[in-house]
Amino acid sequence: MDFYDRDIVSIKDFTREEIEELLDLSEKMVPYAMGERTWKPLSGKILGNLFFEPSTRTRLSFESAAHRLGADVIDVSEMSMTSISKGETLADTIRMVDAYCDAIVLRHPYEGAARLAAKFSINPVINAGDGAGSHPTQTLLDLFTMRSNKGSIDGLNIVLVGDLKYGRTVHSLSDALTVFGAKLTLVAPEQLQMPDDIVRNLKDKGCPVKQTDDLEAVISDADVLYVTRIQKERFPDPTEYDKVAGMYRIDNSMLREAQKDMIVMHPLPRIDEIAPEVDSTEHAKYFEQAFNGIPVRMALLKAILGGEEQ
Amino acid sequence: MKEIKVAPIRNGTVIDHITAGQSLNVLKILGVNESTIDSTISVLIKVPSKKGAGWKDVVKVEDRELDPRMVDKIALIAPDATIVIIRDFIVAEKYKVKLDDIVSGLVKCSNPHCITNKGEPVEPEFRVIDRSSSKLRCMYCDRILTNISDNLI
Ligand SMILES: Nc1ncnc2c1ncn2[C@@H]1O[C@H](COP(=O)(O)OP(=O)(O)OP(=O)(O)O)[C@@H](O)[C@H]1O
Ligand SMILES: [Mg+2]
Ligand SMILES: [Zn+2]
Repeated sequence: MDFYDRDIVSIKDFTREEIEELLDLSEKMVPYAMGERTWKPLSGKILGNLFFEPSTRTRLSFESAAHRLGADVIDVSEMSMTSISKGETLADTIRMVDAYCDAIVLRHPYEGAARLAAKFSINPVINAGDGAGSHPTQTLLDLFTMRSNKGSIDGLNIVLVGDLKYGRTVHSLSDALTVFGAKLTLVAPEQLQMPDDIVRNLKDKGCPVKQTDDLEAVISDADVLYVTRIQKERFPDPTEYDKVAGMYRIDNSMLREAQKDMIVMHPLPRIDEIAPEVDSTEHAKYFEQAFNGIPVRMALLKAILGGEEQ
Repeated sequence: MKEIKVAPIRNGTVIDHITAGQSLNVLKILGVNESTIDSTISVLIKVPSKKGAGWKDVVKVEDRELDPRMVDKIALIAPDATIVIIRDFIVAEKYKVKLDDIVSGLVKCSNPHCITNKGEPVEPEFRVIDRSSSKLRCMYCDRILTNISDNLI
């Protein structure tokens, strides 16, 4: 399969086979991501980071991934200032930035911005989040973490808990998990459950979906517990928030019923959804998940920028 | 059933089999307002449809033929509509409206945060995911378009 020069806008643009190939490549990148081995196939290439809103973690992990492979990184985010203050269109900004680098990493507040950027850019564009929080590299690193811990995603029972209504990360993740043959259990208070049309779509694609607000009742069947933050702003009444947040807080007593090899994931940063006491258990994989952002982004950069083979 | 009596037209266009209730939106698509009317327009709202069961609206415009963009827009709000061109009192041409797989530049995205609503030099584009119910998905923000008639360009 040929990823050379392709835009990475949405995980939905890729087939299962293509995603598997990216995950295989990610696995090969791990020792290089850890600095145990060095390989600089992208030396001479320039990656441009164009961030219209701050996202330190995402930006730094792309930088780190690029440096590990020998590419240079320039931060062209300043371009966003002039473009906003002078009223320049994103299309024009992109055409300028395109001249400075070999690939553009874009974070933008508006939905669809990456698709638009890809249209105007000659070089490939990587979506690092446009609008409501979804970005394909997050989905890839989530899949990678599940696969590397469980061997395969097929047939896994994945429990998604938290804000399933507004969190676009969980929307694109559940879509991808469906493609991989997982079973989904969606745990949220009613007002934060996954939107009906998304659930219908998952079922139409053949995914067994179970919905509940009771985490304790389903935790013993989970292979993966994927926790997301519930934002206080979603609740007009703070006592209601406290009640809900309390119901879904993961601590060791909550995990007593869990299978021994059940893994807990979280896109981070966490506030208090997962108690620190969980960190030292075998279940905790969220820091590993965060690290996986590096090999996955290395794999993507290598795949779309080419460079010398090993 | 007795035929509805509307005086036959010599030349013009009949838009038949409009989804019941959509005729006023069809008039909007035709650009009908107090300063643009220069011939007779008849509007039938919720009349029995001979084709199968149910109801339809019909719009008859004299001395006018529609441009293709208008026909495409009608397809969005009335997917079963028929365009009938009358010349010298007889049906000269008749065809069903048809949605292309991609709808481009006819309707704007209903998502206010969509990049296509932010003054960028692109036409809003949608992929048709269900023809019979005109379900469209924005090719930029990926959202399903809600309320097509309010978002017609
Ligand atoms: N001269 C005319 N003036 C006004 N309306 C006309 C005229 N000729 C036909 N129509 C209308 O145009 C539409 C199509 O005419 P046609 O004779 O093909 O009817 P039909 O057999 O009912 O067709 P369909 O199967 O499409 O419903 C009908 O609604 C008819 O009332
Ligand atoms: Mg008829
Ligand atoms: Zn849109």
